[in-house]
Amino acid sequence: MATSTTNGPRGAQRWKEMSKPEVGDWRVKGGLAQMLKGGVIMDVVTPDQAKIAEDAGAVSVMALERVPSDIRRDGGVARMSDPDLISGIIDAVSIPVMAKARIGHFVEAQILEALGVDYCDESEVLTPADNEYHIDKWQYKMPYVCGARNIGEALRRIGEGAAMIRTKGEAGTGDIVHAVTHARQILADIRNIQNSPTEELMSMARDFQAPYELVVEVHRTGKLPVVNFAAGGIATPADAALLMQIGVEGVFVGSGIFKSSNPAKMADAIVRATTHFNDPDMLAEISRGLGDAMPGIEANKIPVADQLQTRGW
Amino acid sequence: MSSLNGDGATPQQPRIGVLALQGDFAEHIHMLSEIGITAVEVRKVQQLSEIDGMIIPGGESTTIVKLLGMFDFVDELRSQVESGMALWGTCAGMIVIARELADPYPTPLNLLDIRVARNYFGRQVDSFESELEIDGVEGDHMRAVFIRAPIVIDTGIGVEILARVPAIDDRPEQAVAVKKGRVLATSFHPELTRDTRMHSLFVELAEEARSDSVRRSTEETRSIV
Repeated sequence: MATSTTNGPRGAQRWKEMSKPEVGDWRVKGGLAQMLKGGVIMDVVTPDQAKIAEDAGAVSVMALERVPSDIRRDGGVARMSDPDLISGIIDAVSIPVMAKARIGHFVEAQILEALGVDYCDESEVLTPADNEYHIDKWQYKMPYVCGARNIGEALRRIGEGAAMIRTKGEAGTGDIVHAVTHARQILADIRNIQNSPTEELMSMARDFQAPYELVVEVHRTGKLPVVNFAAGGIATPADAALLMQIGVEGVFVGSGIFKSSNPAKMADAIVRATTHFNDPDMLAEISRGLGDAMPGIEANKIPVADQLQTRGW
Repeated sequence: MSSLNGDGATPQQPRIGVLALQGDFAEHIHMLSEIGITAVEVRKVQQLSEIDGMIIPGGESTTIVKLLGMFDFVDELRSQVESGMALWGTCAGMIVIARELADPYPTPLNLLDIRVARNYFGRQVDSFESELEIDGVEGDHMRAVFIRAPIVIDTGIGVEILARVPAIDDRPEQAVAVKKGRVLATSFHPELTRDTRMHSLFVELAEEARSDSVRRSTEETRSIV
């Protein structure tokens, strides 16, 4: 039995020495995002909503006090959620729980890590705490997901330690147009980098304002070094399938579930559609009889100053 | 017989599918391609009769169990495994195929006689990598990536334990790789490394399934029916 050498106290000691099990290293952080692929991450504001999301097949929930459409409606400063709320949601479900910190607010992030949050979203949906700097995400065992509109923004966040990227879209609108724009832009930038000769990569890194080493890696692999999801405006199963067909690896649904007329049904349908995103017959079935999607507002009519996506750089 | 040679597989090559309802199926397909196997993404239950072995990848076990039920996989998967199809569950996949969980939900498929505890090592901040010695895997230790990983707390008759993590601090020794017949389960994620040895081991099980005459005759009877 090969395992016999690891049995007993001496074996344990040896295993400890040779393993040096480092929690929170890069592969382990990015690895969780790999496990979320092909899945739906849902915004929830109560433990009950978290259970509905889990029962519908969500791969993770985002715990927050108000969904983006309410944040948009209410105005004022949007901050990290109350730890009681986050802990309540952590206790209610067995799937991973994400929570949002303000851009640059590394103390909110420290608090989220202390609460045992599985993924931190350094999010433009909350009011930024720093006009210049994002969080140094390497300093945490907790992995991060960050929003991006193009490859430069994505690679800057990855350079800062983000282990997962999502499009920014325009959160809280129920309008898919900006998520589509951002997903297409990121994928077009990747194709551009991949198809360029190596001598052009340094100038591309300069133009994208992206770390050179990461531009080289995108050139070599033809994809982002981390998992790439869509977020910001997804409100129907067809929206989710559209982004999946465009080429993202999974979706976040914010206001789209619990602002619809039948959240459990909508959640279930978006989960199914994200799995069978390439099967129009299934999508037709899935899309039947869901009731009303969230009302939504046309994102192109929102003045730039009121857009959430322009927060961060 | 011609159907046995479909899907571009050579007569020697087993036909392997990776369940692609949710999770890191692309990583498994990539690992298999590194050892010369062209695997298919399995999204529909009809595909089960066209493969010799299937991997249930890492992902969210609650989601995968739900999707398997939703898309009517459960009975057909059970009957394929009973008639000799090879099966390997990694992490969430181990949870999905277990007999029983220590948690109240989800309800696993009971395809391997093991009792499993989910998220045994803790939350994501407790996820880790380590070296592991695995029975049946020659050479150096494997680098094992544990992400919110489950462990096997109890095994039924005939279930072979291939690897354990030793007792550390207040935790007892625990099994993290097990096998019975052609069904394999691992707590960790070989697909996130570049080490293809576990995948080679699984391909051998699928080869066995492919050349299993009893299984083949069952399959032919089915196709006639």
